[in-house]
Amino acid sequence: MDLRFGAGKPTDEERAAVDALLGPPESAWEGADDRNDTDLRWARGGREARERRELLLPGLHALNDRVGWISEGGLDYLCRRLTVPPAEGYGVATFYAMFAVKPRPATVVHVCTDLACAARGSARVCAELERDLGPAGSAGSGAVWQPSPCLGLCERAPAALAIRAGETPQAAVVAPATAEAVADAASAPHDAPAEPPAAAAVPQTGATVPQGGATVPQTGADGPCPPPATRAGTDDAVVPAPGPDAGQRPENPAQREPRADPCAPPESSARRDTSVPPAGGNLVLLRRVGVVDPGSLDDYRTHGGYAALRRAFALGPAGVIREVTEAGLVGRGGAAFPTGRKWSATAQQPDHPHYLVCNADESEPGTFKDRVLMEGDPYALIEAMTIAGYATGAHRGYLYLRGEYPRALRRLRTAIDRARARGFLGEDVMGQGFAFDIEIRRGAGAYICGEETAIFNSIEGRRGEPRSKPPFPVEKGLFGKPTAVNNVETLVNVLPILIEGAQAYARTGTGTSTGTKLFCVSGTVARPGVYELPFGATLGELLELAGPPETLRAVLLGGAAGGFVRPDELDVPLTFEGTRAAGTTLGSGVVLVLDDSVDLPRILLRIAEFFRDESCGQCVPCRVGTVRQEEALHRIKDLTGAAAAGDIALLREVGQAMRDASICGLGQTAWNAVESAIDRLGAFK
Amino acid sequence: MTAIPLRPPRRLVDLTLDGEPVRAPEDSTLLDACRAAGKDVPTLCQGDTLTPKNACRVCVVEVEGARTLAPACSRRVEQGMEVRTDTERARHSRKVVLELLASSTDLSTTPRAADWIEEYGAEPDRFGADAARVDEEPKVDNDLYVRDYDKCILCYKCVDACGDQWQNTFAIAVAGRGFDARISTEHDAPLTDSACVYCGNCIEVCPTGALSFKTEFDMRAAGAWDESAQTETTTVCAYCGVGCNLTLHVQDNEIVKVTSPHDNPVTHGNLCIKGRFGYQHVQNHAQNRD
Repeated sequence: MDLRFGAGKPTDEERAAVDALLGPPESAWEGADDRNDTDLRWARGGREARERRELLLPGLHALNDRVGWISEGGLDYLCRRLTVPPAEGYGVATFYAMFAVKPRPATVVHVCTDLACAARGSARVCAELERDLGPAGSAGSGAVWQPSPCLGLCERAPAALAIRAGETPQAAVVAPATAEAVADAASAPHDAPAEPPAAAAVPQTGATVPQGGATVPQTGADGPCPPPATRAGTDDAVVPAPGPDAGQRPENPAQREPRADPCAPPESSARRDTSVPPAGGNLVLLRRVGVVDPGSLDDYRTHGGYAALRRAFALGPAGVIREVTEAGLVGRGGAAFPTGRKWSATAQQPDHPHYLVCNADESEPGTFKDRVLMEGDPYALIEAMTIAGYATGAHRGYLYLRGEYPRALRRLRTAIDRARARGFLGEDVMGQGFAFDIEIRRGAGAYICGEETAIFNSIEGRRGEPRSKPPFPVEKGLFGKPTAVNNVETLVNVLPILIEGAQAYARTGTGTSTGTKLFCVSGTVARPGVYELPFGATLGELLELAGPPETLRAVLLGGAAGGFVRPDELDVPLTFEGTRAAGTTLGSGVVLVLDDSVDLPRILLRIAEFFRDESCGQCVPCRVGTVRQEEALHRIKDLTGAAAAGDIALLREVGQAMRDASICGLGQTAWNAVESAIDRLGAFK
Repeated sequence: MTAIPLRPPRRLVDLTLDGEPVRAPEDSTLLDACRAAGKDVPTLCQGDTLTPKNACRVCVVEVEGARTLAPACSRRVEQGMEVRTDTERARHSRKVVLELLASSTDLSTTPRAADWIEEYGAEPDRFGADAARVDEEPKVDNDLYVRDYDKCILCYKCVDACGDQWQNTFAIAVAGRGFDARISTEHDAPLTDSACVYCGNCIEVCPTGALSFKTEFDMRAAGAWDESAQTETTTVCAYCGVGCNLTLHVQDNEIVKVTSPHDNPVTHGNLCIKGRFGYQHVQNHAQNRD
């Protein structure tokens, strides 16, 4: 390798940010300012240096978190430290939407304009922000705002996320968003009101906040009203850097989360009523959300935590895989691949080490179930990952979490640290001689990184472009080694399988869709949120729980890559086979409800815009096809009948080629929702 | 010259191509099998000296039982595979891909593009006059070669040649995302400020003419480029003792560019700055001196 670095120097801040991650440089070969005698005697580098490439993404986050953008000097310093060619570092930095390589203010406000938020008035919020803060992308009054793809806060749409860079970076979630609240959060993210607890997103717990009663037993609660300083300020730090106040931090930040917080501001709209009857014992995956203290390992164990891992150790790896296979668990990320087969194929690979990757890059517009699980019951995911690692022979698990989930990041970090401190992760998990640890990797704003091979490239410090299959991940995955990739919801299903046994688990649901499924209901319903139903319930039954609109226009099932369903099709069973037979898909569990006030062509345009923005650009059908589709939808957004026919034919032709010839699922499914709107809803008729 | 590298013997696998049984060595690609059977499958991003990125998708073929089409350049042959190269579905994808490429980039210097557009009935104009284009001005920032990214189809071949597949200089990478993705130096700097060592191996592998010798670029601009009037002479580079082969392209008794034979087992078509660009002294005749 023949690397050349420019003359750019990092600022002190940038150097400190990178050194905080990587430690101080040992020699001039990797960026130290002073050359010493030993530097003259040999060159450092080689394989050992190149293998640190995977730290590129965390390094870019370190720079971006500290300064708000990534300068030439900062990027060059990071690349020198990691022996990464600067051109490649630049290629990676410019791949992710949350990074900037041009100067911008320290505070960036992401305003969601995606489907659920659009249906709930994000356009109005944007218009008001434009009036108050100036046009999107322009740096007025120390903050810049920009429209954003789905932030995964659909149950509280419209949503915004303010991120402020600095020594202690801060993030504030504003949902439901008003221009005023967004501007407040942008000017003082540390003073932003705390988010409602995760359980508020689960209407079936009956714990709708703020009206509901206290549902989470508090361990070590520090009073009824958390003092202002314990709110978003220190708590929502994107990276809890050890600051001067570190010593004063309460031992458990999550405990300070106001649950039924009487001090929380009342919800801005009273659209939610609380009449969903609590599901009682019917919740399986969500049963601990709102019940357990997400910060307390002991509370988790009190509520049945780590019984499944103990059972796994009793069964042995092959026994775990047998249970998972017999339970009929299939992946919940959208592809519905049998989990047991994936695990057994990984476990059997002779090449070592094996890796486990938890795909928590939940970026499908309208999806937020994984966020609620991770925020409400973080130890469950950690336990499930440990079981998956044990079964597949992996000693290292990467939890790839989307960059827009500050609270989930904070809670998972806390939970992993505590689990490690107590021997539930580490060299000798539960004294069983099994070594397993988990590392969190933050994404940086790229939908494509949820694709199972793009996630590997992203973790490895490369552009998040999908790889060609074959070879499949079970054979050559992360770092070229056998890897099992599973979605959060899929993994959490393993706990009830091991506790109840495969047979008992498989009694729920239908023959080929076993267990329960999480649905993310958003749009124009009375009670948006995450619902858990046994497979086999119909769409109509789900909508009844959520309070459907009086004049239902359509339901988008499966998200932007899914398909629309008509109001007369509500008896479609919510199973993998049932939705397939009905010509649609469950996908990641999105149920976006649209009433007749919705401007369908605009929604379709937004879907096309989303895919155009999120295409990685690697293959031609997707890179150019998504652009041509958006152009055609623009042309016909106000047309119908014969006037639109030509462009609809064009859309079909391009869509077919994208479905047939794109490298990955993004391009292959980008046309699904629009096609179903044309064919099933009669859009443009 | 034809090099025959020695390899361990490879087993043959049986498959059918368009209904005809054929045998191909294991590990060969569908494209190898197609070419051995005399079938013409169009390719753009595939190159004989690089691992294909299978990004352009014009070589897609139908594999029995597969949900999507497969890139022939990368998919390996498997025992019992049934492959159809010329189905309506495959032809449709090729046609649309050619339309998408020709409507967004300039394929005028891409060998065979015009033939394929005609063969597949592609109509790039049907996306309308307002269809978004790459729209890049040629980057002329040095005296040796020009980057005209309006002609770039993002095949990644230059990146691979500059990077770990050949040159190990890593001066360029893909930056940006989606339709805004471009081949770029670090911080989008001019080539002269980048890590580029001007080996020109990226020009050697560029399938569209997006990267070209400054001589060729200038002559094309002046309307003086005439490939039919050029002769090609392969000789040995005189600069050092490695013995790289050079192919001199000569028009009107002037060297207009230098390539290198890809089947040379030592260099595989790669050269250094001297072999690639250092040819002026050869034609420094008395009559050319002022």
